[in-house]
Amino acid sequence: MSAYQNRDEALAWLVGAVPYIRFLGIRFDRQGDEITAHLPFQPMLIGNPVIPALHGGVTAAFLEVAAIIELSWSTLWEDLSAGRMNPDAVTPGHLPPLPKTIDFTVDYLRAGQAKDCFATARINRSGRRYASVHVESWQDARDKPFASAVVHFLMPEAP
Amino acid sequence: MPPEKPDPLPFARQFMAALPHARELGLEITRLENGHATITMPYDPRLVGDPATGVLHGGAISALMDTASGASVMCHPAAPTSTATLDLRIDYFRPATPGQAITARAECHHVTRSVAFIRVIATDEDESRPVAMGTGAFTLDRPASVPVGAKP
Repeated sequence: MSAYQNRDEALAWLVGAVPYIRFLGIRFDRQGDEITAHLPFQPMLIGNPVIPALHGGVTAAFLEVAAIIELSWSTLWEDLSAGRMNPDAVTPGHLPPLPKTIDFTVDYLRAGQAKDCFATARINRSGRRYASVHVESWQDARDKPFASAVVHFLMPEAP
Repeated sequence: MPPEKPDPLPFARQFMAALPHARELGLEITRLENGHATITMPYDPRLVGDPATGVLHGGAISALMDTASGASVMCHPAAPTSTATLDLRIDYFRPATPGQAITARAECHHVTRSVAFIRVIATDEDESRPVAMGTGAFTLDRPASVPVGAKP
């Protein structure tokens, strides 16, 4: 099996096992080593039906999910490719220990509209114990983000 | 005899039922007065972040805390016409105990002409050990006809 298939499998494995990601309907598209989170619009994501705007909590949750998947996937992939982790361990329904959110700061730049959202995360620092991840979300234009966040994580202990 | 004070809760509950995402999460308002809002989110397996333990995803708790914070702004005596989150910082202290409802208590403790400041705390059934705490700033739109500082 090619490394590319393995990468997609590792990503699908991470995402498919988390009920809350399925609840919001978040998908992930991978191009090379970059992944983009995609939140397809659905009516239950609306907070204020008058405007109508996305629920601010949905925006926060989407950013947090995008950050944790980026961090988990990149560390998982490093572990798999460096042989620190057995690829046979990648089975549906079994997740590796995930990083834990320490704190989360979200910045709302403009109202989220009733349409699809996208997000990419950048790992600013990933150490043995702590990681800092920046994540940004947009709708129509990538250079006009409607929300961004910084998330600090406690890394899982090495096996 | 003073006129009977209207109970804001029935209206608040109707309002919550009209908010699609709040309804989807099953949120229930139990307090809404004078810049204080308390909202409970029942435990729901669809909101789990870690299937091995059944612990709720932080994102669901953030959504609850954001909702309670916005509600505390809306019931502030400044009587805003609308509000939106500017920024929110949440510190996570421990995983929520699986199977237990989460309650967020938010307080809008200060307002300026156009900004409201909040603090919010989330607990499960063990209220002595919070699950998460947050602070934030919200936009504040005041009624157009009332000059700032005017006595009603």
